[in-house]
Amino acid sequence: MFESLTDRFEGILSRLKSRGRLSDADVDEILAEIRVALLEADVELGVVRTFTAGVRARCVGLELSQSLSPGQQVIKAVNEELTSILGGETLRITYAGRPPTVVLLAGLQGSGKTTTAAKLAQWFKRQGRNPLLVGADLQRPAAVDQLRILGAQAQVAVFSEPTDPVAVAIAGLEEARRLGRDVLIVDTAGRLSVDEELMEEVRSISAAVEPHYTFLVIDAMTGQDAVATASAFHDALSLDGVVLTKLDGDARGGAALSVKEVVGRPIAFASTGEKLADFDQFHPDRMADRILGMGDILSLIEQAERTFDEGVAVKGASAILSGRFTLEDFLEQLQQVKKMGPVSGMLGMLPGVSKDLRQASSMVDDRQIGQIEAIIRSMTPAERIDPTVIDGSRRVRIARGSGTTTTEVNALLKQFREMQKLMKGFGKGGLGGAMGGLGGLFGKGGINPRQLAELGAMGDGIDAGGTGGLATLGGGQPGAPAAARGAGKGKPPGKGKKRKGGGRVTPKAR
Amino acid sequence: MVGVVAVTPPLATVSDATLALAIAVPVVVVGGVTAISIRLRRRPSAAPGRPEAAVSPEAAVGRAPATPGGEASPEATPDAVRIAPPEEPAPITPAVPPGSTLEPEVARPTFRGRLGKARGLLAGYLGAVRSGDRIDGTTWDELEEALIRADVGVRSTDALLGTLRGRVKAGEISSAGELIDALQASLVEILTAPEAGLAPVGSGFGGDASAPDRTVDVWLFVGVNGVGKTTTVGKVATRLTREGARVTLAAADTFRAAAAEQLALWASRSGTDIVRGNEGGDPSAVVFDAVQRAGARGHDVVLADTAGRLHNKVNLVEELKKVRRIADRPPGRVTEVLLVLDATTGQNGLAQAKVFSEAVDVTGVVLTKLDGTAKGGIVVAIQRELGVPVKLVGLGEGAEDLVDFQPAAFVEALFDPAG
Repeated sequence: MFESLTDRFEGILSRLKSRGRLSDADVDEILAEIRVALLEADVELGVVRTFTAGVRARCVGLELSQSLSPGQQVIKAVNEELTSILGGETLRITYAGRPPTVVLLAGLQGSGKTTTAAKLAQWFKRQGRNPLLVGADLQRPAAVDQLRILGAQAQVAVFSEPTDPVAVAIAGLEEARRLGRDVLIVDTAGRLSVDEELMEEVRSISAAVEPHYTFLVIDAMTGQDAVATASAFHDALSLDGVVLTKLDGDARGGAALSVKEVVGRPIAFASTGEKLADFDQFHPDRMADRILGMGDILSLIEQAERTFDEGVAVKGASAILSGRFTLEDFLEQLQQVKKMGPVSGMLGMLPGVSKDLRQASSMVDDRQIGQIEAIIRSMTPAERIDPTVIDGSRRVRIARGSGTTTTEVNALLKQFREMQKLMKGFGKGGLGGAMGGLGGLFGKGGINPRQLAELGAMGDGIDAGGTGGLATLGGGQPGAPAAARGAGKGKPPGKGKKRKGGGRVTPKAR
Repeated sequence: MVGVVAVTPPLATVSDATLALAIAVPVVVVGGVTAISIRLRRRPSAAPGRPEAAVSPEAAVGRAPATPGGEASPEATPDAVRIAPPEEPAPITPAVPPGSTLEPEVARPTFRGRLGKARGLLAGYLGAVRSGDRIDGTTWDELEEALIRADVGVRSTDALLGTLRGRVKAGEISSAGELIDALQASLVEILTAPEAGLAPVGSGFGGDASAPDRTVDVWLFVGVNGVGKTTTVGKVATRLTREGARVTLAAADTFRAAAAEQLALWASRSGTDIVRGNEGGDPSAVVFDAVQRAGARGHDVVLADTAGRLHNKVNLVEELKKVRRIADRPPGRVTEVLLVLDATTGQNGLAQAKVFSEAVDVTGVVLTKLDGTAKGGIVVAIQRELGVPVKLVGLGEGAEDLVDFQPAAFVEALFDPAG
């Protein structure tokens, strides 16, 4: 339904290639596209205007450089402008000298305050804090029950009593002091910004507990109204930041940009899934990519790291790097990736994936994955390791065992051969090689160089230098010593061939 | 690993090369890159997730089934898996005389008045436009701005204004006032659907509870998280009960903590029967039980609350399809599938409506929280592009604040310059 900005640009920019410089007319045309893209991403109209003016200033007379295509340059300009508006850095939480640090959550009905409260509590726990949850939503039926259940899951105590919201908040604060809790999170009822009575109530709660952080919880799917709501809450409560929820949907989340621009408070946290752990501090630069529809490989990988079984991951990495990726490995990887959610959604997060492929991905469902699994599971171990032994009669057996046809078995085997080529690319040229192997799959936009640079920093051993914005995975680069240190005995990934099961399992890292 | 093969679902589609790639690419790239990055990086700090695996109730929290067998075969679970009987067999509302025809629509005067709060912004623009008589560039800009700010969306706005531009050029419209009237009329036209009324309840058996081929109507309430599904079910239950229908609630949101408790409170408020399942249980089973019970007790309609689910989560949408299939088994008969949509929702609402319509054949939209500052203009795009009508509108927290959608009042209130 929504084309990415990159797709939109392709048409315009293909005509520009021969020229060295963007004309006013070109810029107008590009800005019109940007405007539509931003509005479809729910960026507020006023913000869109300011924004396009900013991009115009950057673009007019832009010298087209050698290394980047005009499209990449414009996207870079847009991206920089977006990132600067979204706020460059993640909010640093500081703790009160005299505990507890009080956090107040407010927002409209259904924005996800109660779930956010529990997620935030768990996040503080991960930071080594000792939080207490206060259920001051006495409005919605069973809201406190919900908080208690979620609190139990997060293993954080919940305080509430059926009095009135202000009294509960005050009693909660006393309880936190009595128990020596160092963080207090107050969940409040959802309210409309036009409901003066309820706005007064939340003001009273705020006055009573004097929060160190007041966060507005906003649904990523919010439209143009985000600004009005945020301004109203900001006027009433003086916000410190925003928590953006339901980012695991396919909404572009332009509301984040609007709120930041108009209210001037950063997006502090973002919630990206239904599990309590799917919650972290907000990374403005990644959001910029998302609003532009550019994919977010970093978040994807971080998510993967949380869900992947470490043993399997290590084994898979060895297999890939050694170029001995078998069907067995593929099956294991598939299981892991499946844990992260629908595969089709994942493809959307990969940057630079071509339109055709993205469309195809919307047709992928669990059934197809089940089919692949069934076919592989119908093979003997020997066949999984070396599919070339599969002859006509084995094929028939496998098809029968998996409830498929030989055509489908053949298709999978063919696909697997392609995949193996890809894996050889991983082993040799690193990611860059693999991308090369993917050939036409990835559009010109390719992977955003900055993301790769970050990825490099993340991986400590992945050098993002690469040519043409593609990274090379390779050891012996500047980052490698750190990787070696971090990896204990595991060697940094080799330049290729000799790697083989090098990374024995991890020294217990804690 | 053995034995899993047996439960693999039958094949529906032959995977062509692109489709296979669509699976292979994420698996390989995500799997590969992650594997490598995990390996490269032994974070000294506790990796979130792992160490907690023992204590974290992931199995209970996460709904994506972790076991491959389970996930690969949504169909394999026997549909008629029985859930534990509801803990508290709620008392059946006695004595609604069978065969009572549903009362005619109670007058609901609140629509315009409640919308009043919301209309200020839009009204301001249009007031300015109307006061200038000539149609010039500014006029168009103002109209565009008004529509976009109401979340109507760029494409629908362009289409609407495009048509009007044509009419201005053709000389059909010459003043700004006429232009606004024309815009208003075309919005009303878009929003007016022939089948906008709610399905009549209990028509399946003409009120005769003992008829052998009697059916139980099922209304499914679906939508993303936090739009107000449970509250809407509660309000609809109250309304239908008042109108004389015998209602059973199915608490098929077995995922969100305390969702069933929330619905149970509505059930006791409205004096309706409720069927609950176990937390984390199969929602289809809850609906199945509710239909059976409603059938046995001669109830007219089952209102099924479902868990909020983002439309891009394939397995959750599949789960919903199954709920619908099960609900349609005799004596059940799905007569309404209502997509609950929050008025604050922006352009993503269109994607939601599209996916849910394709999956469970949505019959109408319930637009909630319209008493705030949000305009809910996305319903224009939904109606225009997908033809799904708005049936109910939520204008407040009380049960009586859920009213029938009135296109003319909706549009007029948005355009009326007199606050």
